Amino acid sequence: MANPNRSFTDQEAENITRVEELTYELKVEEVMTRDPFFVIPESKMNDLLELFRKNRISGTPVVVNHQLVGIVSIEDLIRCLQSNDLSSPVSKYMSTKLLTTRSTDPVIEALKLFVSSHYGRLPVLDEQGQLAGIITKGDITSGILKALQHDYQEEEIRRYRASHLFEDIVSDRSSLILRYNIKQGDFIHGGSASSAIKKALLRLGASPQIARRTSIAIYEAEMNLIIHTTQGGIIRVEIEPQQISINITDEGPGIEDVELAMRPGFSTATETVRELGFGAGMGLVNIQRCVDSMRLESVYGKGTNLRLKINLLEEESVGESSTPQKER
Amino acid sequence: MNLQEIIRALDLQVLTKSVDFQSITPSCGYASDLLSCVMAGAAHKSLWVTLQAHSNIVAVATLLELSGIIITEDAKPDQETINKANDEGIVLLSTVKPTFYIAGKLWEMGFRCKPVE
Repeated sequence: MANPNRSFTDQEAENITRVEELTYELKVEEVMTRDPFFVIPESKMNDLLELFRKNRISGTPVVVNHQLVGIVSIEDLIRCLQSNDLSSPVSKYMSTKLLTTRSTDPVIEALKLFVSSHYGRLPVLDEQGQLAGIITKGDITSGILKALQHDYQEEEIRRYRASHLFEDIVSDRSSLILRYNIKQGDFIHGGSASSAIKKALLRLGASPQIARRTSIAIYEAEMNLIIHTTQGGIIRVEIEPQQISINITDEGPGIEDVELAMRPGFSTATETVRELGFGAGMGLVNIQRCVDSMRLESVYGKGTNLRLKINLLEEESVGESSTPQKER
Repeated sequence: MNLQEIIRALDLQVLTKSVDFQSITPSCGYASDLLSCVMAGAAHKSLWVTLQAHSNIVAVATLLELSGIIITEDAKPDQETINKANDEGIVLLSTVKPTFYIAGKLWEMGFRCKPVE
């Protein structure tokens, strides 16, 4: 048996699915069948046949004074039927080579026994060594499904709470502000702020179109901070029920000619940056296409401030392809 | 046309973990190496052909919710990029063929669509 306390490397941990995780989290006693049917060694095989038939089971523990002494399954019953020997006691056919699991073991231990033994069921013993229940592969499957269902419901509730945030909290003007510090030259994390904002918006119940438009605009601005600034900058997103206001600021170098910078295809990106696929001169154009209003202010030598607004009330909002109106 | 058929027909190497490619049906195709153009032009769930292989292609594909990326001319993303793609559920495919050939083949196979206006 593998060491139950073995630790995982980060790489392994990343690849573990929720189901695998659950096999370590769930205890045998949480999924087993409690108070199972049982027989005593003196029971007749004929009674066993009736017990199996009536209750549609295929195996049962054999018990004397709460102590497990054997297990008898449908295979044993078949052997007995072949010899036409139904009047014999269970003790003649039961198996006494017993594999058991403890009620406090994680489910994975029971799974390992199932895999190595090909047994269909395992008796479960409590801390005193007395029979506490019985576990089958089916019990494990339904236990895991139940746990997954529980996870899912919790996630649903969390989503529901987030999407009703603005309805649940009453004020004259509620808003949620998200801030992201973007480092100059940090290409590795390029896109992580926009990705996080997109997830936050979806969680808050924004439509996929709104989330997409907002994240495209913020992605371009985020990459501009990474590529063009001297010290990076800050993205501030204020979410209100009726609009999203985005403010992107940096402290330099500033844009020399704002009008020229807005022209499609114009770029000041270096050759190295262009090789990475940036510097198409489409960043600001893309931003404009995605937002309902855009204001770009820059002082060369000082810094740049970009303010964007996206309306959340359908009728006021422009689509991704129409031309946004500039704020006057 | 699903991704499984495309992978088989173009003999693409799958760089990310295997998923049910038959269940992925790209909406359209897009070819460019300029990320801002992709941002502007690639449709939702489309298949992107590029020779860029650095980690930002995953960020772009994630934001646009693309079906996958075909990286051409044998450009190979690093392990970190592949891990990121796995985390975000972006399919990375690789080929030694150039972009023009791949786009042409896809078109020939009948994988056609109108560009985003």
